[in-house]
Formats: sequence, C-alpha cells, structure tokens
Amino acid sequence: MEIPKSFLGYKRENGRAGTRNHVIILPVDDISNACAEAVANNIKGTIALPHSYGRLQFGADLELHFRTMIGTGSNPNVAAVIVIGIEPKWTKKIVDGIAKTGKPVEGFHIERTGDIGTVMKASKKAQELVMWASEKQREECPISDLWISVKCGESDTTSGLASNPTVGNLMDKLEPLGVHLCFGETSELTGAEKVCATRGATKEASDKFMKTWSSYNDFILKEATDDLSESQPTAGNIAGGLTTIEEKAFGNFQKIGSCKFVDVLEPAEEPKKGKGLYFMDTSSAAAECVTLQAAAGFNIHLFPTGQGNIVGNPIEPVVKLTANPLTVKGMGEHIDCDVSKILSREMNLSEAGDRLIETTLRVANGRLTCAEALGHKEFVMTKLYRSA
Amino acid sequence: MATDIIIHDQKDNVGVVVIEKITPKQDCNCWIMENDSSTNIQSMDEIPLGHKIAMVDLKEGDTILKYGHDIGKVVKSIKKGEHVHVHNVKTKKW
Repeated sequence: MEIPKSFLGYKRENGRAGTRNHVIILPVDDISNACAEAVANNIKGTIALPHSYGRLQFGADLELHFRTMIGTGSNPNVAAVIVIGIEPKWTKKIVDGIAKTGKPVEGFHIERTGDIGTVMKASKKAQELVMWASEKQREECPISDLWISVKCGESDTTSGLASNPTVGNLMDKLEPLGVHLCFGETSELTGAEKVCATRGATKEASDKFMKTWSSYNDFILKEATDDLSESQPTAGNIAGGLTTIEEKAFGNFQKIGSCKFVDVLEPAEEPKKGKGLYFMDTSSAAAECVTLQAAAGFNIHLFPTGQGNIVGNPIEPVVKLTANPLTVKGMGEHIDCDVSKILSREMNLSEAGDRLIETTLRVANGRLTCAEALGHKEFVMTKLYRSA
Repeated sequence: MATDIIIHDQKDNVGVVVIEKITPKQDCNCWIMENDSSTNIQSMDEIPLGHKIAMVDLKEGDTILKYGHDIGKVVKSIKKGEHVHVHNVKTKKW
C-alpha cells in the first residue's frame, strides 16, 4: 500500500497540527470541577476535564501536576482553553504555561468571587472562544505532524500474537516518514526489560531506560505485601490466557515493531529530540497512561486490546484494534479496526498494518473513534505520592 | 488447512490456541510464525481460545519459552498436549 503523505488537521499557532479542535475548560484542582463543569454545560461545544487532584501537592508530584495541566492545554488537539482554579497563583502558572503555544487561554479563580460569579465570567469567555474555534478549518498537513502514542489494555495472548504486532508494523512503516511515536507502561515491561533496553538508539537511552525500570522495580519490591499476582496479570488477562507478567511483557513489547527509542521521557514530558520513537515512564493503567501521553503532545492514540478495554480520552482520539474474534463479536461497538483474521491466517501482518494505517488516517482526518462516539473521556492524573 | 495453534518461535515449548476451543484428543494443526513451518499435536485437555498448550513434556522447575524468551517456570509437571496456565506455571519475578 502507498502510504498517504498528508492528513487534514488543524494548524496551530506554534506550528503543530491537531486532529481535533477542542475548547477545554480545565480545572486546576478538585474543588474547581463543579465550576468547570457548569461552564461546559452552559457553553455548547466546550468540554470540561474534571479530575481528583491539585491541592497540597509538592516536589516532583506537584511538578507532574503542572506538567500534565499545561501539557493538556498545550496539546494541538486543543484550540483554546479556559483555566479555573480556587487560587490565583497556580491558576496563572497554568495559563502562562499554555500561553507559550500562542493559543487563546484565559484563567479565572474562584476565591473572593464564588462559583456563580466565576461561572458567569468564564462562560462569557468560553462562548467567545468556542465560536472563534468553530471557524477553524482543517488543512492539509504532512503526515510527520502526526504524534502517535500507543498503549495496550485488557490484553490476552491475541494481543501479543496479532494486535500488538499490527501496531509494530504500523510503527515500522510510519517511522521513516518522520512521525513522533511513544510507548510507555514501565511496569508491564517487567520480564522483558533487558530485551527492551537493547532497543535504545544510543547507550544513553538504554541506560536511562534501565534506570527508570529499576527505580519502578525497587518501589514494587519495597511496597508489595505478598506478590502482585492479584494485579499483574489482571483477572482479565488470565481469562484471556496470559499466565505471567513476563508473557504479558513480551506481548506488550511487540507494539514497537523493530523501532529503536531515541529517548526516555518523564511522565507527561514533551519529546525534545525530534522525530522517532520515545519511551515514557508511565503507569500501565489505561486512562493514566493515555492522559500522560496526551499531555506530552501526542495527537492520536492506538490502543490494541484483547479482552476489550473501552478507554477513551477527552482530547486525544483513541483508536482501538483487536485480534480476538470473541471481542469483535461481543463488543464490536468499541473496536475501530478488526484484525482478527490474522488468527485464521486470512490476513497477514503487513495487511493488518496497512488497515490500521488507513483507520488511523481516517480518524486523524476527523472520523470519530468508537470511544468518542460512546462518550469515553477518561482524564486521569497520575499522582506520585501522598500530599503535604 | 485451518490453523488451530500458533507458535511464535521455533524454540518455544508452548503454542497458543487460535480457534474458539480445542477438545481432548483433537489432532491440531500448528503454525510456527518465525519460520513459517507447520507441525501437529494431539491435545489432552479442552483449551479455549488464547490459552496455551504444552508442545513437549515439562517437569517442575523447567522454563516456559514463548517468543523465544523465558516467560516463567513450571510449578507442576505438564504433559505434552496439556493446558498450560496459572495452575502449573508461575512468574520468576515475584
């Protein structure tokens, strides 16, 4: 298949391109969720991103909070942002961070005004921004403007056999075209960590990966009460035939094809070394991982599943694929790309990779994903440790 | 001929069932992805889609190989054709 050289995206002020054109209402903290949701309810076409944190955090955990907030607002799938927080200082810090992209952003704080006054002021601005954004048109953008993140979930043996290698095949075909790629899931590489480390493009990248994985593993060994057999593999993984974390990890690892990673990113850190594949230190929980990747600037996500994970994200479209025919039969409304014919050998991996590229480009051009049509917009912040 | 079981790597001692299920005494066609070759095995158990079958006899302490890599250890001996899963295999990690 000849791979199209372009897609139709929204060109942003900072030179990036979006696959979506969202106007988001971003609460700084948990207690500002009500205000943000009220604004999104008032002004049609906007979307609130409620979450659970943002108070009394400190150190690296607070830095991650700001990086996730600012990164989410800065994502090219977002046209404009309203930030609402309880206090002015942290609200302004997030507004200033997002403003560096050049996109319209305005902050409101609730203290001294209350919810009702804040909702009124923020709603007026949100109306102005959403009507402005509604005139944005899709334009032809080079395929290298795609930043593709990947994460698998509710995996079973069909994931490692077919749907993850399909993503790997897509990576092998798109990497030479200059796209950015990102995989994560530090914990779910356990067992395959040494093999994964050999896929660093440089010794520095390999060493950084092993350091990141070892730090996670030390934490597990310190905190685990018995073993992780209730958590890894999950009950869903086991029902699907996965027996050990090592088996899950080698299946997981199929998603990067034969690509090498150029750098290792902190959670929600924006890639800075140009095109190519990056590893990000993330949780393996679906919504947390996708939220971090979206905050790093990735504009379309590929999600292979075995038993049928249903996750979505409010700003980054999540394309699902599966090779499990029972999942296609039982919950087909969640599957954007069916590659189950790989198992019956009626489709080879390259054909499956081509089909996934076609689906990815249709979604990049505007086709809704199953998760978007079904209203999945899980926005889950990662919290590193207890608050002050 | 339809494929009942897929084996990732020539070195693997387990295969994955890729039809809805296989039944005891079923003669199964296996396809080895790595070198596009075929082999056969008779199953001993009923094994559902996605679950593993032992391609050889395995004894306690043996290493299970899949993708050509170590994915855990045998904790209860397994006969060729039997179901391989959490009841007879455990991680080496924890």
